[in-house]
Amino acid sequence: MQWNSIGEFFAMGGYGLYVWGSFGVTALALLIEPLLLRKRQSDVATSLRRERNADERQK
Amino acid sequence: MSNKIIHWFKYGSPQSFYPLAGKMIPWFWALAAIFGVAGLWIGFFVAPTDATQGDAYRIIFIHVPASWMSMFLYIVMACWAGIGLSLNTRLSSMMASAIAPTGAMFAFLSLWTGALWGKPMWGTWWVWDARLTSELILLFLYLGFMALQAAIDEPRRADKAGAILALVGVVNVPIIYFSVKWWNTLHQGASISMSKAPTMAVTMLWGMLIMALAFWMYSIAVALQRARAIMLERERHTDWVKYAVE
Repeated sequence: MQWNSIGEFFAMGGYGLYVWGSFGVTALALLIEPLLLRKRQSDVATSLRRERNADERQK
Repeated sequence: MSNKIIHWFKYGSPQSFYPLAGKMIPWFWALAAIFGVAGLWIGFFVAPTDATQGDAYRIIFIHVPASWMSMFLYIVMACWAGIGLSLNTRLSSMMASAIAPTGAMFAFLSLWTGALWGKPMWGTWWVWDARLTSELILLFLYLGFMALQAAIDEPRRADKAGAILALVGVVNVPIIYFSVKWWNTLHQGASISMSKAPTMAVTMLWGMLIMALAFWMYSIAVALQRARAIMLERERHTDWVKYAVE
């Protein structure tokens, strides 16, 4: 391993801003997309459930 | 004998694909996590510092896989859209719509990580170089596909219009890929060549390939998840959807 300390790891040989800017934004994007999708799925499921309950009450 | 035939076309309907996709999603998430951890480990702890680029080159471990994904996903999306257009199968068109946002995200990430790599290495965030410009066009093609579909109220008509746009846009993918050969550009040549021995260190190559696998698994998981949501939204007035959610 080429890192002697945690500080050195985060500094990335002086390119920390660029390296972590790349990995950080990528990680954020790959985290937000599934969360938004989970919300979309639960929104449609909730409204479907509500519709079904309303239907059943009418019967 | 006859009852042993698997009815593959059965899975061509949203009704039977919905639960199947639900079962597959966790597996793809697990694979994405495993490959992601392995790829990052190689990228940060096994791969040595580059002699000329220092540690800035480590951006390659997401830049190249993200760029590959943006192109692959476009082709897959155009194939689904084309199948939907010619065979009039609604599930294919839903798959195309499900892939577009993820493809757009990878195209954006490719440009973003490229800018952050270009700044320290070339001294600029952006140049109107053939490869950068064609990748930007790819992002606009994805966004155009999504905007066009969103602008048309009737889903089947939206599918058809989107499919034509997606199919016409396919021509851009080989342009991106060969841009570094066809034009004298600032962007470096292909990272991996089928005909030549790898020019980069083996650990770097492995890190990149494993990260690409992680992105593949992620994309499949996310596209299936989005396809499931689209199925429920579009077919909400059918009986199967009514009982698809607990």
